[in-house]
Amino acid sequence: MELAGLLNYALFMGIFIGIYALLALGLNIQWGFAGLFNAGIAGFFAVGAYTSAIVTTAAAEGRIGGFDMPLLLGWLAAMVAAGLIAWPIGKICLRFRSDYLAIATIGVAEIIRLVVKSEPELTNGARGITAIPRPFGDLDYALSQMAYLAIVAVVLLVAYLMVERQFNAPWGRMMRAIRDNELAARAMGKAIERRRLEAFIFGAALMGLGGALFAHFNRSITPEAIDPMVATFLVWIMLILGGSGNNRGAILGTAVVWIIWSMSEIATDQLPSEYAVKAKYIRLFLIGLMLQLVLRFRPDGLLPEPLRGAARSDQDAR
Amino acid sequence: MLELDQLVMDFSGFKAVNGCSLKVEKGTITGLIGPNGAGKTTLFNLIAGAFPPSSGTIRFLGEDVTDLESDALFHRGLVRTFQIPHEFHQLTVLENLMMVPPAQPGESLFANWLSWGKVRKAEAEVERKAWDTLAFLELTHVANQRAGNLSGGQKKLLELGRTMMTDAKLVLLDEPAAGVNRTLLRKLEEKIQILNRERGYTFILIEHDMEMIEKLCDPVICMAEGAVLIQGDFHTVRSDARVLEAYLGETQGDHA
Repeated sequence: MELAGLLNYALFMGIFIGIYALLALGLNIQWGFAGLFNAGIAGFFAVGAYTSAIVTTAAAEGRIGGFDMPLLLGWLAAMVAAGLIAWPIGKICLRFRSDYLAIATIGVAEIIRLVVKSEPELTNGARGITAIPRPFGDLDYALSQMAYLAIVAVVLLVAYLMVERQFNAPWGRMMRAIRDNELAARAMGKAIERRRLEAFIFGAALMGLGGALFAHFNRSITPEAIDPMVATFLVWIMLILGGSGNNRGAILGTAVVWIIWSMSEIATDQLPSEYAVKAKYIRLFLIGLMLQLVLRFRPDGLLPEPLRGAARSDQDAR
Repeated sequence: MLELDQLVMDFSGFKAVNGCSLKVEKGTITGLIGPNGAGKTTLFNLIAGAFPPSSGTIRFLGEDVTDLESDALFHRGLVRTFQIPHEFHQLTVLENLMMVPPAQPGESLFANWLSWGKVRKAEAEVERKAWDTLAFLELTHVANQRAGNLSGGQKKLLELGRTMMTDAKLVLLDEPAAGVNRTLLRKLEEKIQILNRERGYTFILIEHDMEMIEKLCDPVICMAEGAVLIQGDFHTVRSDARVLEAYLGETQGDHA
């Protein structure tokens, strides 16, 4: 590949890493800090993507909207919608033990996928929503990619700072206490169900934002994008490999896993065409293998959860 | 302050607490003794709202609290410790104490984003209180350790420390002396008395250390088989024939 091609590929990769890092941060709030096993990331991703698409596209026939609203409003709506969907799910499912929650959320994500597929008035069905506006989409290809990468990077930075603030604040301390020992946290007056719901909604809102950024980058969103393999399980590997409970770990894990994931695609594309198509399926196997290896050799991740209280008093001492 | 009426806890056929009625007066330190399996800890769990009783009522500060859960009871001033330490093992020792005070501004997501200054100020206050508590419990040197790495005795102290981080009215202590060294134990007794006299805390204390019971507790209640056997001052209870038979047995006089 020549240099320009490589650069374009790197930009493309950077944007995807940014989008996935938002999903991993959202999952880190839910799993890393609140101990909630959400296996339905793809569902919240889809709600965010479609909401922003409906809000920001020009009016179209045969489906609701579009409302041709500003981009930022679309992203905000994506977060609110994902949070609103998370609310009743959390209200019902957070009473379950973590493994039941996992099953329930897989089910919910599947329901969302089917609704998206079979409600053309809402989502334009299998054809999906196209012509989603993309900021700086009129620039040259490379420049436009760079501009989008910058936007994603800024959004990710803001999200990281907002999440990191919570983890070091009493809210994060309380969530970690609830995760460590529910009985004692309740005896210390903490309203477990309400707090878990907060964490679940907060995480889901970030996942919705990730979905919105994805839709605007692609300029379109179809039901195929809601693939639990890539939108849910890949994110889990990213978080676990990076280090659940650690926001920087979540971002690092995203970068590492995404690079491996997309390199594997380049590798399979080199094969003769009759194998290339089949070889794509081996990438799914790769996801499972990576998860096994990570859990076996690096269960705490590349950047394990820090002792937050100690870190804080060190800062005070400095 | 606390009234239990005919409490029963039926664990699918096994009645750990079986028709237990008692009253705890404000300002007292009540000792709860009895043989292993008498239902003392189950009774604590019922009072603290860990699970609801099968039947019977619990009244706290004049109100029926039978169906309240432990977080609601905490906010009414009822705090408990656990017989088997329930520390937050991945939090530091300091954080274990700092998470206790109720209604911290930083427990709100929005306050942390929008009024960080106010949160920091409240945090500084909570942190100061936590350091004071650690100093009293002689745990300052492990303040920044993972609580899960503490020894059994230190975890018991941490349990007690948590009750000192809030304005409690009634404190349930489940075997505070188990695994704590003698010197520190005397200090603990002193602190319990100070909290009782000066801050008006009422205590109920499960303990097998008769010295501690004798020093601190009046009245003393002896439980056996899920119900109250006898209630009275230490010497009355201790010389009661039924108590000797059910609990203190022949060791009485030998080791006491």
